[in-house]
Amino acid sequence: MLKKRIVVCLDVKEGKTTKGIKFQDNVELGDPVEMANAYYLQGVDELVFYDITASAEKRPIMIDVVARVAQKIFIPFCVGGGLSSAEDIRRVILAGAEKVSLNSPAVKNPELIRTAARMYGSQSVVLGMDVLADPAMKSGYRVVINGGRTPTGLDALEWALQAESLGAGEIVLNSIDADGTKAGYELTVTRLISTHVGVPVVASGGAGTPEHLRAVLQEGRADAALVASMVHYGTYTVRQIKEFLAEKGVDVRL
Amino acid sequence: MRTGIIDYDAGNLQSVVSALRRLGRDAFVSSDPQELSKADRLVFPGDGHAATSMESLRRLGLDELLKDFFQRGRPILGICVGSQIVLDSSDETPEGRPGVTPCLGLVAGTCHRLPKGEVEARPLKVPHMGWNTVRIEQPGHPLFRGIRDESAFYFVHSFYTEPVKSSIVLGTTEYGLRFVTGFVQDSLAAWQFHPEKSGEVGLTLLDNFFDWRP
Repeated sequence: MLKKRIVVCLDVKEGKTTKGIKFQDNVELGDPVEMANAYYLQGVDELVFYDITASAEKRPIMIDVVARVAQKIFIPFCVGGGLSSAEDIRRVILAGAEKVSLNSPAVKNPELIRTAARMYGSQSVVLGMDVLADPAMKSGYRVVINGGRTPTGLDALEWALQAESLGAGEIVLNSIDADGTKAGYELTVTRLISTHVGVPVVASGGAGTPEHLRAVLQEGRADAALVASMVHYGTYTVRQIKEFLAEKGVDVRL
Repeated sequence: MRTGIIDYDAGNLQSVVSALRRLGRDAFVSSDPQELSKADRLVFPGDGHAATSMESLRRLGLDELLKDFFQRGRPILGICVGSQIVLDSSDETPEGRPGVTPCLGLVAGTCHRLPKGEVEARPLKVPHMGWNTVRIEQPGHPLFRGIRDESAFYFVHSFYTEPVKSSIVLGTTEYGLRFVTGFVQDSLAAWQFHPEKSGEVGLTLLDNFFDWRP
C-alpha cells in the first residue's frame, strides 16, 4: 500500500535557510541545498522550500536554489511562497520543482489554481492553507492569510473543496493554533479536511515529537506529515522519526 | 554510448537529466527525430495527458521515430505517461470524453483510470501520489539488479497500464487493486513510477537500464 510520507519544510530567505543553527553532520549551515541533501540521505520522502524573501528583486535567488536542489536531490520537492502569477509558477517548475504551493495568492485569486493545474497538471499544484479554529464558521475553522495575520471570510472545509475542484492535487493544511507550539498537530481539522477531500492532505503545524506524527497520520488521517524545527535543531533525525512510526504500525518508507 | 531523452512538451525533464548526469550516463535532450535516431538508447519520459502527449509526438514526428527505434531492437525506457502511451490505447481522453485515445501500439495493451474506492472505510485518493512498493514479478531480471523485492518508488498517476501478455510483466503494485507498474517487451522497458525521483533505489534501477542488453 501507499506509504505515509514525512515532509521536511525549509524556510529560505534570500537563498539561505533561516533555521538550523544546531544542524549537524558537517552541513554548511544556512545552505538550503546542503540541508536538503542531509535530509535526503536520512530518508526524507519529500521536501518543501518556502521562500520568505521579502524584496521582489531578491526573489530570483530562489530559482537558483531550486535548480541546484534539482541537480542533487532525487526525490520530489515543492516550492512555495511569493508565487502569484503563471510566470512565477512556470519559472519554479522549469528550474526542476515537481510542485508549487499556492497560499495567500490563491485566496485572492482562486483562478491561479486552475491556471497552474492546466499548465502542469493537478499533481503539481498544492494548496497551502492556514486555518484558525473559529466557532462562527460552518466547519469550525476559518482560512487566514499572510502567515495567519489576516482573517478571510472563507470556511476551511469549503475552501479546501473549492480548491480541489479548481485543480489542486494536494493540500498542505497548517493550523495556526498549533503552529510553533510543539504540542502536536491539530487532529480535528486534519481529520475533517482529509476525510472530505479526494486529494492527499499534508498535516502541518505543531510537531514536537514522533508521537505527534503518529497521531496525525493515524487518528488525524493525514496522508503525510510536515516537520520543520524538530529536525532542523537536531532534536530528531528523519530516520529516528520513521523508525518510531514503523514500530507503531505506520507504513513508512525505510 | 549516447542516450537521447525525448522532449515533447510533456512536462519537466530536469529530474531525468540530473539523474543521468549523476549516474555518469552520456545523454542529450532533443525533440528532433533525426537527431534522436542517432542515439543508442532512448529515454521516453512524460508527465502530461495521454491525448496531448500523443498529439505532440505526432506533430514532431516522434511517433514514427519511436516505432522505428523499437523495430530495430534498440533499447527504449518509458517512464510514467511514457510507459502508458507505448500501449495500443488509453482511456484518458480530452476532457474525459467517452472512447479511447489511440496510442503508439508498440506493446499490446490498454490503459485505464484507477478506480476511486474505499479501503478501511476511507476513500482511495486519485491521483495515486507518493511512495508505494513494487513486487518483483521477474526475479533475476537484469533491470532489477541490486533492487530488493517490495522496494518503494515514487508514483504520480491516475491511469494504470494493462498489457495483454502477462508474461511481460516486471512488477506490480497494490493501490485499491493490484496493477502492472513495470513491463518489458523486446527492447522496450517501462516503469509507471518515477525512478528519477525515487531516491537512491530509483537511481540504481534507472542505471540498470543502461547496462541492459535486450
